[in-house]
Amino acid sequence: MSEAYFRVESGALGPEENFLSLDDILMSHEKLPVRTEIPMPRLGPFFLDRSGGTETDNAIPQGSKLELPLWLAKGLFDNKRRILSVELPKIYQEGWRTVFSADANVVDLHKMGPHFYGFGSQLLHFDSPENTDISQSLLQTFVGRFRRIMDSSQNAYNEDTSALVARLDEMERGLFQTGQKGLNDFQCWEKGQASQITASNLVQNYTKRKFTDMED
Amino acid sequence: MFCERAMELVRELHRAAEGRLPAFNEDGLRQVLEEMKALYEQNQSDVNEAKSGGRGDLIPTIKFRHCSLLRNQRCTVAYLYDRLLRIRALRWECGSVLPSALRFHMSAEEMEWFNHYKKSLATYMRSLGGDEGLDITQDMKPPKSLYIEVRCLKDYGEFEVDDGTSVLLKKNSQHFLPRWKCEQLIRQGILEHVLS
Repeated sequence: MSEAYFRVESGALGPEENFLSLDDILMSHEKLPVRTEIPMPRLGPFFLDRSGGTETDNAIPQGSKLELPLWLAKGLFDNKRRILSVELPKIYQEGWRTVFSADANVVDLHKMGPHFYGFGSQLLHFDSPENTDISQSLLQTFVGRFRRIMDSSQNAYNEDTSALVARLDEMERGLFQTGQKGLNDFQCWEKGQASQITASNLVQNYTKRKFTDMED
Repeated sequence: MFCERAMELVRELHRAAEGRLPAFNEDGLRQVLEEMKALYEQNQSDVNEAKSGGRGDLIPTIKFRHCSLLRNQRCTVAYLYDRLLRIRALRWECGSVLPSALRFHMSAEEMEWFNHYKKSLATYMRSLGGDEGLDITQDMKPPKSLYIEVRCLKDYGEFEVDDGTSVLLKKNSQHFLPRWKCEQLIRQGILEHVLS
């Protein structure tokens, strides 16, 4: 890992995404179910099976159910719901919330949309009456899973960790990685290697590539 | 749906393992800008129609396109900014001369930015530590001794030490050299720091 590269961190767990964060851009690309409250002319071609045809100026009719990316839903939403209203994706609804409260550890959060916590936090912008329950659920789910993540990241040294991270969402994976780095740094220090000057990862990668280019 | 091309740019960078700089995607960027131009022109025309033609029903559509414009802008700016962060890291990791493979991955503007950054850093370093300045890109790990044992990993040739004597850096030869002279070469993978 490059030590001098400091990427823009995600802000999704807080009130607003970070504009420049690549993680947040990827997170806000995920889709959620919406309902149009007003016809939207000339956009029919994007949703061919809903389009009203040329007599309606190729409009998406009022009352259409669509899946839009979070960024678009956020942009078109207002508290009077003039353009669209938003539905909660299943995993943030009561049914799944009960599953999480029963045992948060068994759920594959990577499959449930890899940005479970970030996306869930940003969902709160849509003023659902269930917001309090959603935020509680997000928090309690994390609390329930955290212990295992911390334990496994601090005890897996020099081994294949793919099984341990398979069911973690992106935020949890970042946490796991941070834990691993701490563990590796500590082990390195214990071995007396902390003061050893090492070759830069970046340079090593680029010198290796040069040889392959020459072979072509 | 709009902004697919912009998302590809973002994904391309996100995929590049921490800190690596992929080639500058000039084509992709051009396509995003073309999409933005088309969206802008469609909106211009629809706004006129809404105002003078009484087509107030076009407003949600205009908003839809406007959101897409903002999204394209965000993706592009984040792409360019993240690349600059990676290029900045290169100065600290590779030194002021970049491997030629990397230079081809940068656009002309990025190369210019890198040169400006180098200059700013050099000016700053000269302003520290009295008359001589202070090289803060050295001693990235706290030094334990003035001299260190190094083994040569590749043939490098003659290498002059401070008191005038020179050392022949041949593959597998081992030397006891001043730390400050070796640090760059170790980072470049030419020497290896041997711990006793």
